[in-house]
Amino acid sequence: MIKSLKTQSHKLSDPAYQLQVLNNYSESLRDLPRFRDKLKETDLFPLKPTGIEIFQMNVGYMCNMTCKHCHVDAGPDRREVMKKETFRQCLEALRDSEATTVDLTGGAPEMNPHFKWFVEEASKLGKEITVRSNLTILTTAPKYRALPEFFAKHGVEVTCSLPFYNKSRTDRQRGEGTYEKSIEALQKLNGIGYGREGSGLELNLVYNPAGAFLPGEQEPMEQTFKRQLSRKHGIVFNKLFTITNLPISRFLNFLLESGNLEDYMDRLVTAYNPAAAQGVMCRNTISVGWDGTLYDCDFNQMLDMPVEEDAPRHISEWNELKLNNRTIRINQHCFGCTAGAGSSCGGATT
Amino acid sequence: MADTYYQPEDLKKFKDVADFGPELAEKFFEYYGAVFEEGALSAREKALIALAVSHTVQCPYCIDAYTTESLEKGASEEQMMEAVHVASAIRGGSSLVHGVQMMNKTKDLSM
Ligand code: SF4
Ligand code: SF4
Repeated sequence: MIKSLKTQSHKLSDPAYQLQVLNNYSESLRDLPRFRDKLKETDLFPLKPTGIEIFQMNVGYMCNMTCKHCHVDAGPDRREVMKKETFRQCLEALRDSEATTVDLTGGAPEMNPHFKWFVEEASKLGKEITVRSNLTILTTAPKYRALPEFFAKHGVEVTCSLPFYNKSRTDRQRGEGTYEKSIEALQKLNGIGYGREGSGLELNLVYNPAGAFLPGEQEPMEQTFKRQLSRKHGIVFNKLFTITNLPISRFLNFLLESGNLEDYMDRLVTAYNPAAAQGVMCRNTISVGWDGTLYDCDFNQMLDMPVEEDAPRHISEWNELKLNNRTIRINQHCFGCTAGAGSSCGGATT
Repeated sequence: MADTYYQPEDLKKFKDVADFGPELAEKFFEYYGAVFEEGALSAREKALIALAVSHTVQCPYCIDAYTTESLEKGASEEQMMEAVHVASAIRGGSSLVHGVQMMNKTKDLSM
């Protein structure tokens, strides 16, 4: 089994070291413009939220997979999972929150023992619920195999990762056998109406490059995926979200080991797009960690950068007004969100 | 003086050709950008054509650039290799078809 960086006690499992690498690893990285200065040029510094539309919960770092690019450093060996008490606090916060969407991520969010209970409770609040599924989990134990029907019953939007429309590139990033399992899960989801016109059951795919390159334009990529998956497997889906790999955690490890770090950062910085900076997802999202800590986004969560000190830092202290006034914490990894057409959990931002 | 003719970092300096002649460079880059936009051919198809042509002109800069571009535009490894074979087939074929000229000349000269 591939081990997480954390279990290996790898240097890069330390968020402080990751930030040091991004800022200082070599002369060319030191010479790159700072994200803060780019925001200043764009009149976006200090970076402020526009409101909270998406309430994203990382319900644990445990996962059945150990993908090479994972920014969470998730895996079967991770034990951090959200407790029921924290879920309850999230429900409390959501009750009078402006947030329209609850976005469940991980690890594999399905592996959290309170997952189904929480989906039921959150759907009673009338919020839209999105689950970020790795697909393969839906082909494992019977309790997970039964999840598509459960999702359909609660109108959960399923957003799932599929890095490419063929086996070799998918398996290289996510592990041998991933492609077949993903196709099986997608066919199952299609079978109960997901991704089919008029069903109201939304099935979206997430594409992220399997290497040190940027995602192409979202619209043509979606067309290519639709054509290929339909032709090869009869699969249909609603939207494709193109996501840029942020240079943190295991993807940072890959960049360093393959000697691509400098060029990749240079690409991101050169492709800085002011319009994408306007639309970065931290401006309309809050990210809740497995232990209830609040972050500007899931990436900041992994870099151990909670929301700024003046804002409530734990879900138990939820105060939307104060959170809406916070200043978002940024660093060099943020260039991943502003390159080209921009990147967020909902794909391109421009 | 550089110790090799090709330096990978020179690719990033492509636009600097404008330093010695801005007007023509500007015209060229505007045209270049327009050529690669989505059109009757998709940007992915154009990247694959460019990849094939890069192998024909054997330009290391172009090969690096259009390998990356093809990956970014969502081309698969199989498609990229097929593009290179197209270039290779045309190159090989264009040599071989001249064999007819050689044969014609041989016949002209022979008893
Ligand atoms: S990328 Fe997703 S599926 Fe892969 S290890 Fe990370 S959390 Fe799990
Ligand atoms: S990494 Fe997070 S904080 Fe930085 S720009 Fe992206 S969403 Fe915002």
